[in-house]
Amino acid sequence: MTFNILIVGVGGQGVLLASRVFGEAAMSEGHEVAMSEVHGMAQRGGSVSAVVRFGRGTISPLIPKAGADLILGFEPVETYRALQYANENTMIVTDVQKIIPITVTAGSESYPEVEKLITAMRDAGFSVLPLEATRLAEKAGSKLTVNSVLIGAVSALKGFPLSEESLRSALIASVPEKAKKINEQAFDLGREAVKL
Amino acid sequence: MSKERLNLVPQGTKALMLANEAIARACLEAGVAVAATYPGTPSSEIGGYLESMSKHTGMYFEYSINEKVALEVGAAAAVSGLRSFVFFKHVGLNVASDPFMSLGYVGVRKGMVVLSADDPSMHSSQNEQDSRFYARLAGVPMIEPATPAEAKEMVHVGFEISEKLETPVLLRTSTRVNHARGIVELRALPNISRKGHFEKDPFRFVPVPAVARKGRIRQLECMKSALAISEESPLNFEIGDGSVGIIASGVAYTYAKEFIEDACILKLGFTWPLPEYKVKKFLRRFDRVIVFEELAPLVEEHVQRMAREEGCQTQVLGKLSGHLPMAFEYTPDTVLALREQISVKNMKKTPKFESIPLPTRPPVLCAGCPHRATFYAVKKALNGREAIFSTDIGCYTLGLNPPLNSADFLLCMGSSVGAAGGFAESTDQKVIAFIGDSTLFHSGIPGIINAVFNKHHFLLVVLDNGTTAMTGHQPHPGTGRSSPSPTTPVDIEMMLKGLGVHNIGTVDPYDLSATIQAIKTALDTDEFSAIISRRPCPLALMRRGKLERKAFIIDKSKCVRCRTCFTKFTCPALSWDGIDVSIISELCIGCGCCAQVCPKRAIEVSK
Repeated sequence: MTFNILIVGVGGQGVLLASRVFGEAAMSEGHEVAMSEVHGMAQRGGSVSAVVRFGRGTISPLIPKAGADLILGFEPVETYRALQYANENTMIVTDVQKIIPITVTAGSESYPEVEKLITAMRDAGFSVLPLEATRLAEKAGSKLTVNSVLIGAVSALKGFPLSEESLRSALIASVPEKAKKINEQAFDLGREAVKL
Repeated sequence: MSKERLNLVPQGTKALMLANEAIARACLEAGVAVAATYPGTPSSEIGGYLESMSKHTGMYFEYSINEKVALEVGAAAAVSGLRSFVFFKHVGLNVASDPFMSLGYVGVRKGMVVLSADDPSMHSSQNEQDSRFYARLAGVPMIEPATPAEAKEMVHVGFEISEKLETPVLLRTSTRVNHARGIVELRALPNISRKGHFEKDPFRFVPVPAVARKGRIRQLECMKSALAISEESPLNFEIGDGSVGIIASGVAYTYAKEFIEDACILKLGFTWPLPEYKVKKFLRRFDRVIVFEELAPLVEEHVQRMAREEGCQTQVLGKLSGHLPMAFEYTPDTVLALREQISVKNMKKTPKFESIPLPTRPPVLCAGCPHRATFYAVKKALNGREAIFSTDIGCYTLGLNPPLNSADFLLCMGSSVGAAGGFAESTDQKVIAFIGDSTLFHSGIPGIINAVFNKHHFLLVVLDNGTTAMTGHQPHPGTGRSSPSPTTPVDIEMMLKGLGVHNIGTVDPYDLSATIQAIKTALDTDEFSAIISRRPCPLALMRRGKLERKAFIIDKSKCVRCRTCFTKFTCPALSWDGIDVSIISELCIGCGCCAQVCPKRAIEVSK
C-alpha cells in the first residue's frame, strides 16, 4: 500500500520544505519513501510542485494521473491545476489566498473567483477542505509559516496515515531555532481549523 | 547539509536525501580528493553540498570557469593518483567534450567519475540531448542509476570500475533522479590525502599522433574489458516474472517496476557497453520484449541488433516501433501506452470536472531584479528603433516574455556574443548582445575577442549581478568568492580593456535615466562597445542577510490608473485589483524603479 501526496504552489512559498517534512515523518515511521521536486527556471514566482510517496515497494518518484491520495495546495489556482492528479477519494486541502500571476497583472489573462473554483471542485464530487491558511499564518505571527499551518491541518485529517507527533517533530527539526515556536503555533492553528 | 550528516555517523545510518545530496555524500565516502563543476540544473545542488562539506574534509572543490576546464582539472588529479569527480548538465558535456574525447585514449591512474545530468522534457534546458551517446563516442564505460539510493551506490561502483580499467567512467543521471529524494544508507568517511604525485609518462599522456595511435588501441582494449565487467555486473539484474520481457534503464525502470504487472524486467544499470550476452539470453526467453528508456532509443537499437544476430523472432517494442514516445520524459502514465501489449496496474480515474480557464504562471524575473530595469532602459534608449537581441543562458533569458521582449536568438552558453558578431556582419540592423557575468567568464570571452579582432560592430550589455543566479548563486571569477578561501575578483572593465574593447560604460540599472543615456550613447558609437549594468542579485543579498529594503507605496491622489508601471515594467510586486494599482509589500524590495517608470511620479517611499 502506497500513499501519494502532491504538493503544489508558487515558487517562494515553501512547497519543497513542506514536502521534506512529510518525507522525514514517513521515514521516521519506518516507511519506504520516494520523492521528487520541480526546480523551476527562475528563483521565484512560477508554479512549483513536489511529490511525496511512502509505503511498501515505493520506488517511482512520480505519481500517475488520478493517483494522488492527498493534494495539498498552497494557492487555489495551483490546486485546481493539479486536479488531473485527483480521484474521487483524494483528500484536497487548499489555502484560499490568491497569488495573482504576472500574466493577470499585465492584463493578458484573468484570475477566476476562488469561490467558483471551490464550488466546481465540490460539484465534480471532490472532497475539498478550503482553509484560510495565510490568515492563520499571520495570526501565528508570520505569513511565512503558511506551510506549518497546512502541515498541521493535514495532521488532523481523518485517514491520514502519518501521526501528529512525527509530523510535528519533523517540522520542528526543519525550521531554524528562533522560528520553532511560531511554527509550532502555526501547526496548532492548522490542526484546530480542521477539527472545527 | 547539516554537520551530523557530514561526519561520524555510524555506518549504516539512514537518511532521506535528494539524489544530488546523496551523490555528494558518496564522493566523500569514496575519498574523492578533487572535484570540479560549472553549475547546471539538474546537477547544480551537488556543488552546493560539496562546497560546504569540502571545507570539513580536506577535499579540494572548485567552481571552474566552464565544464571543459572542470574536466581538465579533474583529469589532472586522476592521473596524479587522486580520485576525482567532475559533474555538470548534459549541455555542459558538449563544452567538455573536447578533452573528454581524448581522455579515453590516455586514461587515468586513480578513479575518475564524470557525471552528466540529462534533462528530459527540458525543465530548465535548451535541448534534451542524450548524454549516453558520449560514452560510445568517447569509448568510456557508462552507468545509469534509477533512484537516489542507486545514484549514491553507483558513485562507489564508478570509482571501482574506473580504477580497474584506468579510464574515466560516465555516470548518467536525469532530472527525475537528480531531483528525487529517497532513503540512502551512509558509509563511514575515510581520511583522504589531498596531494598526489604525477609520474611522467609522455608516451602515454601526450597524444601526438604516434602516441594517440597506441591510445586508440588501449581504449578499444579497455572497452573489451568493460564489456566483461558489464556482463558480470550486479548493476544489471532481473526482477519479477511474467510472459513479457521488459528491458529498462534509468528512472524509467521505476515506472515499469511499480505500474506494470506480470512482466519480467531486466534492469540495466551498466548501459555502456551493454551486457550483450545477458541481453541475448533474455531475448531468447520471450516472444515480446519492451525497451523502456528515456530520450534516445540507444538501448533499443542495440537490442534490435542483438535479436537479429541471435536469429530469434522476438518482437522488440519501444520508441522505434512507435509504441513509446521519442520526445520528453517518461512518467507512470507512459506505461498506459503499452496497455495492448502488457498488463498495466489498474489506474484510477479522475472524475469529470468543469474546465475553468486558469491563468498561466510562467517563471518571472523576481521583484526588484536589476535585469528587468536594464531591459526596460534598453527599450527606452532604442525609442521604437528595431534591434536584434542576441541573448544568453541565465535568469535574463526570461526577458524573452512580454512586455520586455528582449530575446531574439539563443543557442547555448556564450552564444550571444558570437552570434551578435554574425548578425552585425549579416544585417544592417542594430545588434545588442546580452550576457550575464558568470556566462561572460564561462564562454563569452572568445566571442568578445572575435568581435574586436574582426571589427564586428554591436553593443554588448553585461548584466552583472555578481553571482550565478539561476542555478542557485554559485560564485564565479568576478565574485572574489572561492572555495575554500577568497580570491582576487576579476575586474570586468579591466578585462574588457585588456581584450581591446575601447568603449566601456558602467551603469547602475536602478538609475534608469543614467542607464538609458549611457545606452543611447553606446548605440550611436560606431564601433564595438560594452555597457556593464551592475547591481547585485537581490535574492543573493537576501540570503546573506544584506538586503536593505525600502517600503514603497502608491499615492492614490496622484495615480491616474494608466498602469504603465506593470504593463510596461511588470514587476511581480505590483498588483491591480481592477481599480487601483498597489504594491505587495512582502514582495517589494524597494528598488524604486517603478517610481522612476511612473509618468505621474505617484510611487514614493513610504514615510
